[in-house]
Formats: sequence, C-alpha cells, structure tokens
Amino acid sequence: MTRGRGNYLFFLIPGALLLIAVILVPFAMNIGISFTQWSGAGDPKWTGLDNYRRLFADDVFWASFRHNLGLVVAMAIVPTVVGLVIAAALFDFVAKRFGTRAAGVLRACVYLPQVLPIAVAGVVWSWILAPEGAVNELLSAVGLGSLGQNWLGDPDVALWSVMGVMVWIQVGYPVVIFMAGMQRADPSLHEAAELDGASWWGRFWHVTVPQLRPEVFVVLLTCTIAALKVFGPIYVLTRGGPGGSTNVPSYYSFQNFFEKTQVGYGAAIATVLTVLILVLTTVFLRIQKRGEHG
Amino acid sequence: MKRHVTLWSLIVLAVVMLAPFLVVALNALKSPSEYAADGPLSFPDGVYLQGLIDFWVRVGFGQKLLNSVVISGSVAVLAVVISLLNAYALGIGRVRGRTWILIAFLIANTLPQEALAYPLYFLANETGLYDTRLGVIIIFTIIQAAFGTYLLSSTFVGFPNELLEAAYLDGANKWQTLVRIVVPISRPTLGVLFVFFFIWTWNEFFLPLILLISNDTQTVPVALGVLQGQRMMDATMTSASALLGVIPAIAFFLIFQRTLTRGITAGAVK
Repeated sequence: MTRGRGNYLFFLIPGALLLIAVILVPFAMNIGISFTQWSGAGDPKWTGLDNYRRLFADDVFWASFRHNLGLVVAMAIVPTVVGLVIAAALFDFVAKRFGTRAAGVLRACVYLPQVLPIAVAGVVWSWILAPEGAVNELLSAVGLGSLGQNWLGDPDVALWSVMGVMVWIQVGYPVVIFMAGMQRADPSLHEAAELDGASWWGRFWHVTVPQLRPEVFVVLLTCTIAALKVFGPIYVLTRGGPGGSTNVPSYYSFQNFFEKTQVGYGAAIATVLTVLILVLTTVFLRIQKRGEHG
Repeated sequence: MKRHVTLWSLIVLAVVMLAPFLVVALNALKSPSEYAADGPLSFPDGVYLQGLIDFWVRVGFGQKLLNSVVISGSVAVLAVVISLLNAYALGIGRVRGRTWILIAFLIANTLPQEALAYPLYFLANETGLYDTRLGVIIIFTIIQAAFGTYLLSSTFVGFPNELLEAAYLDGANKWQTLVRIVVPISRPTLGVLFVFFFIWTWNEFFLPLILLISNDTQTVPVALGVLQGQRMMDATMTSASALLGVIPAIAFFLIFQRTLTRGITAGAVK
C-alpha cells in the first residue's frame, strides 16, 4: 500500500500558509473588529457586544434581510422550479424530436447569462430598465405605455426588477445541471411509466423530479448561498436604493466599511451573514446526507 | 399541436434570454444622434464604431483587458498548482487530520467575502499590496484553490493504486510520482479547473472593487461597474461599454463551452 506511505505534509505548506494569511487570519480579525468601534484609522475601541445589540434593533438591517429573502426566491427557488421544467422539456422533447444539437443550442442560449461578469450584466440591465430604456420603449411601441415604470428608480418596483434580472442571470445554471443529471438517470423507468399511460406531467413529477434529488439539493444550496452573498448586481443596478428599498446585508456592510466608516458595525453585519451561511450549509448537508441513507 | 406549443415557448424563451445581448449590440453601433432620433429599439442605419472607439480610448480599455488577463491567468495557473499540491497530500498522501483540513478549505470557499473584506483591505495597505494586481492574484489564488482542493481531493481518493505502487517500485520519489504519474492522468480535470478559475476570477467584482482603485490596475468588470455607478455615460456609451464587457465573456463561452458543461457536471455530482 503506497498511499499514506511517508510524509506528505510538505505538499500542504504553500496552500496552508495562504489559507492562514488570506482567509483564517482576516476572518478572525473581522470577528475581533465586530466587537469594537473603529473608523478604520487610529485604534479600535472595545465595545463588547454593542454592535450586535444595535444590529438587532436596526430596521435597515432587518429590511436588508427581507430583501435578501426576495433574492433567495429569485436566485434559488424560481430558477430551480423553472429550470426543472426547461431541462425536462429540452431533454425529453427537443432532444428526442429535433436532435441533441437543437437541445444543445437552446441550452447554450439559456446558459449564456451565466458566463457574463455579474457587473456587466448589471450595466446591461440598468440601461435596458432605465426610464427611457428598451423595456419602456417596447411597452409603448405595443401600446402598453401605461405599464411603463421607473423600474429601478421607484421604491415599490425596484426590488421586483432586481429579482427579475437575477432570474435571468441564474436560470441557466440549474438547466445545465439538471440536464446532466437526466443523462445519468435510468431511462427504463420513464419507458415503464409511459407504457402505463402516465402523462408527460405525471412522468415529470413522479419519475424525473425524484431522480434529480441530488442535483436539486446542490442547486438549491449553492444558489441560496449565492443569493445571500449578492453584491455586484445591487452595486451596479441600484446601489441599495431608492431609499434603501433594495439594500442587502452584503451591500449594507460595504456601506458601513467604506462610506460611513463604521468599520466595527460593518464587521458585525458581515459576521452575522457568515454565521447564517455556515449554519444553512451545515443544515443542508445534514439533510442531504440523511436523504442518501434513508 | 401541443408539441408545437412546447417548441414555440422554448424558442420564445431563448429569444428572451438573448434579447438583452441583441439590444446592447444594436445600440452600441448607433451614433448618439441616431439614438436620440430613433430610440433604443430601432435597427441601426449603418455601423457606427466611433462610440466603441471613444469609450475604449476614454477608459483605457486595453489596459483593463490586460489587467483582467494577467490577474485571471495568473490566478488560474497558481490555483491549479496549489489545488494539485493540496489534493496530492490529502487524497493520495492521506495526511493525518485530512478531514479537518478539507473542512477548513471548504469553509474558506463558503465564507462571504464581506467577512474578509476590511481585514484584507487593511492588510493589503500594511504590506504595500493595496491597489496592486499581485495582491488580488494572491487572494484569489487561495479562494479558488479552496474549491479546487475539495474537488481534486475527492477525485484523487479513487486514483488507481497500481500506478502509485508501480512508480514506488521504480524508485520514483513523491515529486516524481506527482509530476510523471498523477499530473498526466488528471490532466482533463486540471484543465476544467483552469477554465473555471480563469472565468470565475475574470467575473469577480467585490474584492477587486475594494482593492483596485487606479486605472492601471482595475479589471474590466470593476471599471465598467464603477463607471456605471457614476452615471456619467449617455445611452450609446453605456451600451458600448456593455458590449465591450460582453464580448470577452462570449468569447470564453464559445472557446470553453465543451469543457465548461462537462466540468459543471463533474462538480455537481462529485
């Protein structure tokens, strides 16, 4: 048995040093800073749990979390549901009737936004959604001008607009993953269900979806984490506005770090966000493991 | 009939997905006066490249492209190397405590960058790495390698034992085994990781936004995002900037498409 023979620790040294210097130490520093009042210059002043007390009473913070939930819907739940339907339609229908090539082209169209830098996607959409942008022009061109909105400038509409953009960005990812999963799945189950006279929806619901359980888990977990971390689209599309109506925790911490110079408070927000993400990841992985054994 | 409905709704879907790209491309080729006269939906009368050229010159787009290529390329190479070394020790070397080490890398990959941002900004200032490409390269090397370590370690667990045994009997030391046996056999996976790391780093926004502030160091997404935030561009210039941001992404997509879809599959189901 060669494996584990001798000492391989040496190979871990560069990675371990980088991990400590770039991730672990800064992460510990961030937690430390969250217990202080600090403007970024001079010495931090120890204030214990003050930042956290303030945080739990801060309406802006709670509002930013509510907006984050909206983004979880737009980035994880809607893309998973829509992605399942699109993937099944491409795999079962387009690939079989029109060839895998046609399915591949359609899949590529849906996936394309995923390769775009998120900041660039933001530039594209902020221009399309501008008051005199393409969406409003299109609406008036078809006689629905009254439906035109200041999509990103109206506090009642802005979050919905951002959510719509995020669905567009995100939906290709589950489609690609689910289609790959369908290739792994056993076709005989499908054929059996078809012989039994099950409808397309029946087969989709009772055969396809259960077979894709592992993929659904991966997609929901990674997309939920991505939604909780979302920063770039908010920065480019709305800067958290108008009137804080699209603020999210990551942007709120950024504001506290670099605009309000309340570094300690920003660090507390980032720490709470981290704890939330780590807890969520652990819970997800636990459930997934139980599912595998059960 | 029902079949046609499905096909048509899929085609409509594809059009909706592509429409933003088309609208951007159309308007990037219009002159400002043409845009003012006809609005965003009309077809351009001719190909007007001056808007693109003006934007390119004004923001020094060549430099931004170079910065993005240098940063993403270096990160991709270094992160593949670090992932490989880590995974060799964890997956093949089976060092003690490997589960905990893997968990540490996994957490590093899951942490929101917000929780590292200010300390990294502070440390970069202290070490003179603030506003340098090197600083960003170092940071993203380990962030990407954290994922690579996790993925490669799990594939190395299934590495054929006979090959390792044969190399050992031939008197190869650990380095020689790594370079002559492990690297050639895992080349496809390393290729996928390289592509991923390159594109992910290219697309990064948050930390580069904080760490890169001057024209000589900023990447393409940061430069475009900052310009957009300043709201100083007119409509045709915005679409010119968006088009210039979209083109490299589409180029990568076409170049790497096969590797990408294969790789995503590899990552999803271990």
